[in-house]
Amino acid sequence: MQSTGPDLDTVPKLLMHNAGTLGSRPAMRHKDFGIWQAWTWAQMLEEIRALSIGLAELGVKRGDKFAIIGSNRPRLYWAMCAGQALGAVPVPVYADAVADEMAYVLAHAEVTLGVVEDQEQVDKLIAVSDRLPHLQQVIYDEPRGLKDYDHSRLMSFDDVQGIGRKKLVSDPQCLAQWEAGVAAGKGSDLSVILYTSGTTGRSKGVMLTFENTIISARNANAFDHLDQNEEVIAYLPLAWVGDYIFSYVQAYAAGYCVNCPETPDTVVQDRREIGTTYAFAPPRVYENVLTLTTVRMADAGWLKRKMFDFFIAFAGRWGEKILDGERVPLGVRLLYGIGNLLVYGPLLNQFGLSRIRVAYTAGEAIGPEIFRFWRAVGMNLKQLYGQTEASVYVTAQPDGEIHADTVGKASPDVEIKISDSGEVMFRSPGVFAGYYKDPDKSAEVITADGWVHTGDAGFFDPKSGQLRIIDRAKDVGRLKDGTLFAPKYIENKLKFYPNIREAVAVGADRDFVCAMINIDLTAVGSWAERNGVVYASYQELAANPLVYDMIAQHVDEVNRSLADEEIMAGAQIRRFLILHKELDADDGELTRTQKLRRGHITDRYSPLVDAFYNGSTTAQISTEVTFDDGHKGVISARLTIREMRPYPARVAKMERAA
Amino acid sequence: MRAPSSNEAALGEILLAVEDVSLSFGGVRALAGVSFDIRKGEVRAIIGPNGAGKTSMLNVVNGFYRPQSGRITFKGEVRTSMRPYAAARGGIARTFQNLALFRGMTTLDNILAGRTLKMHRGFFWQLLRHGPALKEEVEHRRRVEEIIDFLEIAAIRKIQVGRLPYGLQKRVELGRALAMEPDLLLLDEPMAGMNLEEKEDMSRFIIDVNQQYGTTVALIEHDMGVVMDLSDRVVVLDYGRKIADGTPDEVKRDKDVIRAYLGEPQ
Repeated sequence: MQSTGPDLDTVPKLLMHNAGTLGSRPAMRHKDFGIWQAWTWAQMLEEIRALSIGLAELGVKRGDKFAIIGSNRPRLYWAMCAGQALGAVPVPVYADAVADEMAYVLAHAEVTLGVVEDQEQVDKLIAVSDRLPHLQQVIYDEPRGLKDYDHSRLMSFDDVQGIGRKKLVSDPQCLAQWEAGVAAGKGSDLSVILYTSGTTGRSKGVMLTFENTIISARNANAFDHLDQNEEVIAYLPLAWVGDYIFSYVQAYAAGYCVNCPETPDTVVQDRREIGTTYAFAPPRVYENVLTLTTVRMADAGWLKRKMFDFFIAFAGRWGEKILDGERVPLGVRLLYGIGNLLVYGPLLNQFGLSRIRVAYTAGEAIGPEIFRFWRAVGMNLKQLYGQTEASVYVTAQPDGEIHADTVGKASPDVEIKISDSGEVMFRSPGVFAGYYKDPDKSAEVITADGWVHTGDAGFFDPKSGQLRIIDRAKDVGRLKDGTLFAPKYIENKLKFYPNIREAVAVGADRDFVCAMINIDLTAVGSWAERNGVVYASYQELAANPLVYDMIAQHVDEVNRSLADEEIMAGAQIRRFLILHKELDADDGELTRTQKLRRGHITDRYSPLVDAFYNGSTTAQISTEVTFDDGHKGVISARLTIREMRPYPARVAKMERAA
Repeated sequence: MRAPSSNEAALGEILLAVEDVSLSFGGVRALAGVSFDIRKGEVRAIIGPNGAGKTSMLNVVNGFYRPQSGRITFKGEVRTSMRPYAAARGGIARTFQNLALFRGMTTLDNILAGRTLKMHRGFFWQLLRHGPALKEEVEHRRRVEEIIDFLEIAAIRKIQVGRLPYGLQKRVELGRALAMEPDLLLLDEPMAGMNLEEKEDMSRFIIDVNQQYGTTVALIEHDMGVVMDLSDRVVVLDYGRKIADGTPDEVKRDKDVIRAYLGEPQ
């Protein structure tokens, strides 16, 4: 049952509706002091209302912008709704951003108020407060360590709610006034500004109205038959549109329960306790879990390892067919059942995925092998293609029509077309209202008749009729000889190996393709332990010749698989090196959602790129790094470059044979 | 981090005083007539080169060693030596240089063990799944959960301590000491063997313990930066003798201290 109706066109209205109709059902849970604390919809309304009235007393009014900074905690979600009830606009910010990065977004958004998690975030705001002339008040959730701070512009969450509760008692008009304020909200009102992490340049503030997000959320709920019985865990950054829609708007629209983990480190345990039914994660999460599994299995006993290998191979052959409800021989079904008992079930349970009905991967292309692995062991993992500018949903895969290399069909109410230059474009009710304070950029992206440029190159797969994304349109290039070069395609192939955490392929307008590789410290570290390789640091491990040998083997396998594909055969990796440090968002090499910032990386490592193409066998590099606390330092290293022998293209070979 | 609030602490009453304490093992003299005091609410550091007698001093304070002579005054009571059990009862908790955790037990159980002295119900009550013993256990668990939250170790709550990295084990040990709700917390090299990040975390916890719970802290530490940042007052030992006592700034400038650490100019 969904909360629909034309009068329910804002999130605060949905809240009041849910409190009335689903009053005693859980709306949110948070694990605190080792116990799951729960709030029903009715209780949540009371909490949000008290906060909202408290904020109004502090002077928050319609049109104000306020920042939300912290990890996934109920009170930060409440703050969003409490502000929206007054007509103010929340601006969620990536909590792990360093103060300097934060200052840009907050100044651009002209926030007057910050609702933050703890001392760490308060410190950041204080550090940049001279650049935030509009900021008047900071409200914090966790009081620890803040006792001795100057409280002239600082207030605890409890105190603000206290003000609200007192006002409700002392002023009999207050409740009616507040409810009238909620009723005055319109679907076309600006509801949130989400700053995109931006793989190029400064981040842009995407403005979404209530209509944008609520229509998208309702469509998504209907598409996957989500109702009030779902359990989800909120663990993605609040500033990411995925979390905003999935843990907030969709939850209010469907009436399901959102669970906040105890700490960001306990997500897996917490998910296991809750047993989530619907999940949404960037590919990296599925990748990491798979890496962790592979590493742990390598440490397991002989019998377990053999059993795991056998059943995983078996699942790889039959699992997807069974998941899609195809006819399979009885023997296969039986053996799969045994596998489920011994391997698949325990594996999913280990990560709290046993009750999953629908899981999505989005945000970036997922390696087909990773995707198939999860489907093979029985998790209904599907792909989705979306953007902040679309209120997430552009395409999604319907149940039973799943392909590893496509991202699905147009979501309900969405129109898609491919422009003449090969770029994917869409039009939908979810299309954003423009970039905040940047009409030029908005006009560049949204055409006069409402189509939005995605910046992604793609095409409709003739076999399945689903959309296929190749790469960022601006990243797809050609080698000097004209061979198509899609860097992400190559990188994803590399990243399937648990030992490789990140890869950067270069080659546009060059003679051949080269790759810079980041090893995965968990996987390679465990390998080193088993093989008696001694190392003191990431840098030392990365430079080890044995590690190079191992990675060379992976690169070789990737080359072989590229050779099998007609258009990619020319883009095999000729030379590679292992980077001396992990690519990091703090150094601007990744976005906060962990996507490569290609331009920045090639600039920063230009001595390495030069060395690739001038034939050197080693390259000297020194880079500035930023530590977690904002300190800067310099790491320098001499890196070895390995040569690879490319495979002849298979297609050509077959021609010769014929 | 913060400015040492020496003036404020100087006003605090004396929690523990050590007067003219001497200790020797056979012919080896570990402590020779050492006197100093610890005031309520301060962070007091004991520093000195290797073998200066720092750990011996801590062991005397908490009753592990009996000094041959001298007096110890704790909370106004005078005695020549403490017994460990009495020290614990009296509100002194400590951590050890080389960790002394129950490695086969979980983080939760290790910290719960720190509450042993606060458990009052007898064996037979505890056998029942009802009544006062259960209520008591729930209350203890709640306190332990507060400590887990405080030290940010929720993710390792149910993990066996032996499987944890060293830095986290140190944190669990601190948690167990805190579970006693001590008046005086003795930390024997809380940052030994830690990397920079772990040291910063640990420093933050020590400051928070001191500020939030008002616990008096006495710590032995090698890392000078940490000592100077954390402590209100510092006592310096060398070859079992006290050579300096004062605020970090005073101690840093002291000629004897410089000589003890850097040696005589040639």
